Amino acid sequence: MGGVSTPHVLLGLLAGGSRHGYELKRAHDERLPRARPLAFGQVYATLGRLERDGLVASAGQDRVGGPDRTAYALTDQGRDALDQWLSTVEAPMPYVASTLFAKVVVALLVADVDRARSYLVAQRAAHTARLRELTTVKGDPAATLSDVVAADFAIAHLDADLRWLHATLGRVADWHREVHP
Amino acid sequence: MTQLQARGVVRAYGPTPALRGVTLEVAEGEIVAVTGPSGCGKSTLLHCLAGILRPDVGEVTWRGHRIDTWSEAARSRLRRTEFGVLFQFGQLVAELTAAENVALPLLLAGTGRREARTAALTWLERFGVAEVADVRPGEMSGGQQQRCATARALVTEPRVLFADEPTGALDTLAGEQVLTQLVRLAREQRTAVVLVTHEPRIAAYADREIVLRDGLVDHTGLGLDVPLAGGAR
Ligand SMILES: Nc1ncnc2c1ncn2[C@@H]1O[C@H](COP(=O)(O)OP(=O)(O)O)[C@@H](O)[C@H]1O
Ligand SMILES: [Mg+2]
Repeated sequence: MGGVSTPHVLLGLLAGGSRHGYELKRAHDERLPRARPLAFGQVYATLGRLERDGLVASAGQDRVGGPDRTAYALTDQGRDALDQWLSTVEAPMPYVASTLFAKVVVALLVADVDRARSYLVAQRAAHTARLRELTTVKGDPAATLSDVVAADFAIAHLDADLRWLHATLGRVADWHREVHP
Repeated sequence: MTQLQARGVVRAYGPTPALRGVTLEVAEGEIVAVTGPSGCGKSTLLHCLAGILRPDVGEVTWRGHRIDTWSEAARSRLRRTEFGVLFQFGQLVAELTAAENVALPLLLAGTGRREARTAALTWLERFGVAEVADVRPGEMSGGQQQRCATARALVTEPRVLFADEPTGALDTLAGEQVLTQLVRLAREQRTAVVLVTHEPRIAAYADREIVLRDGLVDHTGLGLDVPLAGGAR
């Protein structure tokens, strides 16, 4: 999966006004609840690079001290960079490079149909388990729309993989014959 | 506790085998998804379990009573009182309004008009379609129709709801709304659900999934005890 551009996400979180590093981390983890939590070190390193490139500027320090005492604000240049990012359409991901696909191909090359099939079955079980977890998350009466929309994103991708897994299970024997005529 | 059970159910249509020996159990209040590719026998199984079709071989029992040997009249009575049935296209009666459609199973069961109408309105409300109570199916959206059909299937508070691709004709969001509500209300009143679907994301709402392949339960289908790569999820 394509990595999320943390610098741009941080620029976005600064668009509403200046913030300290620790506030940015908290806002990030709250807004993108299904993403991996940001490490403080990563926040400060990213802010450092953004400052060097003129996209954010220090907006004053509470007393003296480490980077966590510094508030950062978006510069005009930073606002332009953010705008540019939001206006750019992402290239559709190269799904055919997926590990799932590669594993089946390699299983067919180096082993037999049963090996490929047992991988497909196991992967299907793992995907199904995750799909059920996410469906439970959505069904929780306390779930916010943010939770639901985030879960839906993952569900849609798992669902697509599962359809492929089902279809491929039905074809793997024929596929093997094509690979090993 | 097991309520509904199929044992060694075989069913063919002329020369075409549809089920080749299916055994399964559905517990009280349990939500079971039946999945598998098109033509694997899902609908035939649902019809056998609901007493609509009779197996050629094997038996179907309901609370310990073998029902596949019952007369059509007796099975039909069972369907009216204990079961609810829901299909892909809600099959509402075109000449009746939403409220009249939902009240219908109650009227057939002998409930008075006024009481049936009140219950129908309550159920339409639960499915968020109170506003179409006096509208006929022809003037409703697909999603509204399916919500009415679901309300109609649950209005008698059946012990089992048989649903065959109930969201199959709806877009993702509409399907999800119908299903979320169906599952919530079924759980509330402890109605078991046999949910036939070919969509993984729909099956994920169930407590358990039974995969059919070529008329048989595919025991390799799910729940395999396998380690996940690198502890990844
Ligand atoms: N009324 C029918 N007459 C003849 N064959 C049928 C009939 N209904 C289903 N079949 C056949 O029985 C098999 C199982 O069908 P069905 O139970 O409808 O599967 P599914 O619901 O999983 O798609 C298929 O081969 C199908 O073509
Ligand atoms: Mg079917």
